[in-house]
Amino acid sequence: MSEALKIIQDPTLTYRQELIGLAHLGESTDDSLRYSDEYYAAKAKGALCDLNEGVMPFRPRYICPDYELLFEKGCKFLELEPPTDLLEAVNVLEIFYCHVPSITTYPVYLGDLDKLLEPFVLKEDRAYAKKVLRLFLRNIDRVQTDSFVHADIGPEDTVTGRLLLELTEEMQLAIPNLTLRYDPEKTSDDFALACVKCMLKTAKPSFANHRMFVKEWGERYAIASCYNGLSIAGGGFTLPRMRLYECSLDAKSPEDFLERELNKYIDLQLEYMDKRVKFIVEESSFFKTNFLVTEGFVKQENFTGMFGVVGLAECCNHLLGIEDKKKGFGMNAEATELGIRIMDAIEKRVSEHEAPYCDAYGHRYRLHAQVGIDSDGMDDSPGTRIPIGVEPTMLEQLEVNEKFHPYFPTGTGDIFKFEETYLRTPDAILPIIKGSLERGLRYFSGYLENNDVVRVTGYLVKKSEIEKLRAKKQSLNNVTVFGMGAQDGGHALDRRVQHHEEDSAR
Amino acid sequence: MKKTAPVNKIIPFSNVDGPGNRTSIFFQGCPFNCRFCHNPETIHLCISCGACVPGCPTKALRIDKEGKVQWDSSLCVQCDTCIRTCPHDASPRVRWMTVEDVMKEVRRSAPYIGGITVSGGECTLQNEFLIELFTELHKLGKTCLMDSNGSFDFEADPRTLSVSEGVMLDVKAVEPGWNNHLISHPREVVLKNLDYLLSVGKLQEVRTVIFPHRDAENEATVRYVAEHIGNRCPYKLIRYRPFGVREQYQAELGTFSTEEAYAERFARLAREKGAVGAFVV
Repeated sequence: MSEALKIIQDPTLTYRQELIGLAHLGESTDDSLRYSDEYYAAKAKGALCDLNEGVMPFRPRYICPDYELLFEKGCKFLELEPPTDLLEAVNVLEIFYCHVPSITTYPVYLGDLDKLLEPFVLKEDRAYAKKVLRLFLRNIDRVQTDSFVHADIGPEDTVTGRLLLELTEEMQLAIPNLTLRYDPEKTSDDFALACVKCMLKTAKPSFANHRMFVKEWGERYAIASCYNGLSIAGGGFTLPRMRLYECSLDAKSPEDFLERELNKYIDLQLEYMDKRVKFIVEESSFFKTNFLVTEGFVKQENFTGMFGVVGLAECCNHLLGIEDKKKGFGMNAEATELGIRIMDAIEKRVSEHEAPYCDAYGHRYRLHAQVGIDSDGMDDSPGTRIPIGVEPTMLEQLEVNEKFHPYFPTGTGDIFKFEETYLRTPDAILPIIKGSLERGLRYFSGYLENNDVVRVTGYLVKKSEIEKLRAKKQSLNNVTVFGMGAQDGGHALDRRVQHHEEDSAR
Repeated sequence: MKKTAPVNKIIPFSNVDGPGNRTSIFFQGCPFNCRFCHNPETIHLCISCGACVPGCPTKALRIDKEGKVQWDSSLCVQCDTCIRTCPHDASPRVRWMTVEDVMKEVRRSAPYIGGITVSGGECTLQNEFLIELFTELHKLGKTCLMDSNGSFDFEADPRTLSVSEGVMLDVKAVEPGWNNHLISHPREVVLKNLDYLLSVGKLQEVRTVIFPHRDAENEATVRYVAEHIGNRCPYKLIRYRPFGVREQYQAELGTFSTEEAYAERFARLAREKGAVGAFVV
């Protein structure tokens, strides 16, 4: 049976999911973009992975439009005037979102919704504004049917921010993903606590370390897709990843890995990125003719390449001959130290590489701790996370995270699952978030054990939707199928639960 | 020689031992012997009888040259066999720690917590230790709460209380006969502490366990506490749970938990009597 026939006969795919599948298949028939034989060998071994990004990059992977500009000037191509009230504002956004491409074909960044909409919300009475925002969120959930769609709020407390939290809790939707940009000097405890409560009930928002992101990107940064830091009016060209466990398989020792094998794979991934970035800018039409570019909603110089890694834990354990994961990376100082040496080496070599374009970032790519994909199984844990099933106490897990999060300006994060008593005590979670962000954590996500909406590795799914797929029914959300794979292969929903009294691992 | 105290365990993050996120320190030893105690292994100090040693499946317990039972935490898998074996409600898994030893652990969790709560066993058996520990913690800007059974007269010796932000007090029973049967300790000091801590503004919370099918006993305690505390502090009504309770006492008190609806009855009573902050857990 042909691949195309498989797609159109699959009972679990919606029409749009079929369309995306068929487009991907069509794209793969071209082979004009070629890489070295060494690259293909590394890919075949599973040491390098292109995340199924497609052989012909016809748009950058992630696009973060400047929505402030849209509200200021409108859009000629889409014949949209600058909005004058709330109804017009959400209508302009709803239309515009449908024309923002990405790897998923859905917009991965919806804007800083509270800042964008606040002036319009303040002109309306609260109940009316809430109704309009409810319909707006419903539109996003049913039209932008993909959990990598992401909106940001904060750091300041706003009426719009509060309304979005209330609605998020009431509506219990997996889309959009949501991040609070948290700054202890700008975000009030009261607003942060409202976010914690909402997070417990709906697995969102997550907390981003605003000061850390501002230092790296300036004030105009976006959190897009899972947890990806990118420039507003810019984005990410491409995101391939080194699967560090597989990269380590031929190394004879940690030293051999650090001196030889690691560099080989870093260079191959850089070669791959250089070729793709050049192709997107020079060959494909996106940066020449797309209205987002020609009207200034994105600028090519604000894009960078995202250099991804996964499986640091398994890599370190393998190199040190540690077979029992419970005694490995995260719980074992030697393995964690090796992890730091590996990340230092990756960071150094990538920062020494002159990347094509990426002008705003000194022609450099930026590191990304990729969250894993369903086919990774248990071989490569997301980014630099401690493997699921062997997590130590929350305190120890945070301490390890704090060491690794600073390496990844284009995103990393960890997820904590809380048991029911925390619903009554959000004030017991906020100090943990504050303390860890202060100490170098980049991104904190949490959810309650028994929720329907849960965070899988970086994205949200509904457990009830996964059950639909298992029953051979369709799920509107394109990402549900990834959640099912990650649950089956990676036990991604079985992470340790933070109990009301967390015992010490003495 | 430096002051030491027997520590049963230290929990870095807890959300049920006072407001916010706190590190909880459990000391070994308690002057009460409550029938419903769910961690009776914290009541007495180990007397090195050695009964637990042969049964330890990972050889984490041994008897040293002085005849004392020693526990190797690196070999221990927390299977609790020793605790089940112990014939007199103690635990060999106790660390005698100095204030600095405890501080070393608390400093690790310090960035993530508002403060600590000392519990037990009964923390006030370690008053001299607590005074030093609390003084060190205040230097870090952390609050220090005591989780106490009220057996220590805080008014007679206010030194510990003066370096503490307050007490979470257990009022287990009020009716004298029921109290003496349940606790094996007179109730007078506990009730005096209730009034004294209220009068100096250091009563953080009162806790009472609600037993299944003990209408009169539950009501007497709840009514007394509610009328005394009013709206001045939260009142936590804890459903009795048989988990951890010694078998002979489970036979008397119940092999099942207090039902939530039953406990809620007493929360309503408490609120009627003025304790607006009464709730069931």
